Amino acid sequence: MTSFDVELTVNGVPRRGSVEARRTLADFLREDLGLTGTHLGCEHGVCGACTVLVDGEPARSCLMLAVQARGADVRTVEGLAPDGEMNRLQEAMWDSHGFQCGFCTPGFLMQITALLAESPEPTEAEVREALSGNICRCTGYESIVNGVLLAADAAISHE
Amino acid sequence: MKDAARVGSLTVKPPPFDYSAPDTLEEALFVLGEAGDEARPLAGGQSLVPLLSLRLARPSRLVDLAGITALKALDTAGGHLAVGAMVREREAERDERVRSLAPVLADALPLIGHPAIRSRGTIGGSLSHADPAAELPAVALVLEAELVAESRARGRRSIPAADFFTGFFTTALAPDELLTTLRVPSSAPGTGWAVDEVARRHGDFAIVGAAAMVRLDTSTGRIEEARLALAGVGDTPVRLPETEQMLAGAEPADGAFADAAENTMTRLSPPADVHGSAAYRRHVAGVLARRTLKLAAQRAREAA
Repeated sequence: MTSFDVELTVNGVPRRGSVEARRTLADFLREDLGLTGTHLGCEHGVCGACTVLVDGEPARSCLMLAVQARGADVRTVEGLAPDGEMNRLQEAMWDSHGFQCGFCTPGFLMQITALLAESPEPTEAEVREALSGNICRCTGYESIVNGVLLAADAAISHE
Repeated sequence: MKDAARVGSLTVKPPPFDYSAPDTLEEALFVLGEAGDEARPLAGGQSLVPLLSLRLARPSRLVDLAGITALKALDTAGGHLAVGAMVREREAERDERVRSLAPVLADALPLIGHPAIRSRGTIGGSLSHADPAAELPAVALVLEAELVAESRARGRRSIPAADFFTGFFTTALAPDELLTTLRVPSSAPGTGWAVDEVARRHGDFAIVGAAAMVRLDTSTGRIEEARLALAGVGDTPVRLPETEQMLAGAEPADGAFADAAENTMTRLSPPADVHGSAAYRRHVAGVLARRTLKLAAQRAREAA
């Protein structure tokens, strides 16, 4: 099978690789670039664990082919804490016990990052709507929603 | 090569296929024309990629439409909304021109999947996929939209939504043909629209969905025209012409909508599955018919 060159930016760093057309963006990130922070749950677009940002918009990396991300600006969970310091959202999620096993957390964090970029002071209903496509089997979601609201509050009081 | 060694391992799920990413519509139509029915167009991939991963689809080649600028236009010339097939659902959802010229489309978009699905999913992809439970096909029917298609062999043609959805996940599009534009006719003053659905969880495919239009005679206040389209009750989205006829000339009162809902229920033989029996779907269809027609009438009064 033909290989395709993929050049893109991941967390601000230009990256490249050579892939078969059928390689998903999720597998490209994890296997070819070694960015295993992006988790794969269902691998057919139901669970949301593999959510990343593509040109600022949330996208399920298992539902994108790597070739579709050529030239794109991709952000993954690794990009939230570039120097090993958790960002405000991660701190808030920590403080609200917004994860337990942590498997779904990368997807939630990226989806929430997109939400807060578009709507810095979301209502609880907006938070629940935005997170409706991410599945967590541990928390029951309450602590995740609280974490988002806490992060939004922290951002406002910080200004 | 590292990748080659991995072929056949569990880390790659879709079957192998070839891929091209044309820059122009002409080039895409050429590739599709040459490849015959072995090739599939790739729009946002939110339905096709899962089908590949589950190996329910095995195209020999994907033709990625994302690079074709001409398919991403959203045009409002002459007060008619024309949405390019590759306009992302999220983009259309945020566009004020969609809200003002096709409010029922704007209301339906947030019902599709989840934000991360809509930021990739496209208007044309959803329509061409023709899932009978999906929102946009039913909305296209109630809008009496025109779907513009193009092929290299036969050029451009405009397909009324009523003729577009021909069967279960099947459309009037030929294998070498692409949907290029959704054209929405402008609506007369005194027209109201509504869309609603019942799903197990928000973002799931609807068990039943309904889209309605009511146009009131601005002098008498009676219903001049009503339209009703349902999703999830058959192999394709359906219009309910008999129910619509019943409402023409009627007072837009609760009784008329209740009668219309009764009529709707008698005309359906919905499928049964794990999410709901045929009887349940019929019941929900009646409830949604009544609610959407009533809300559309209320909005029509406000718009008059």
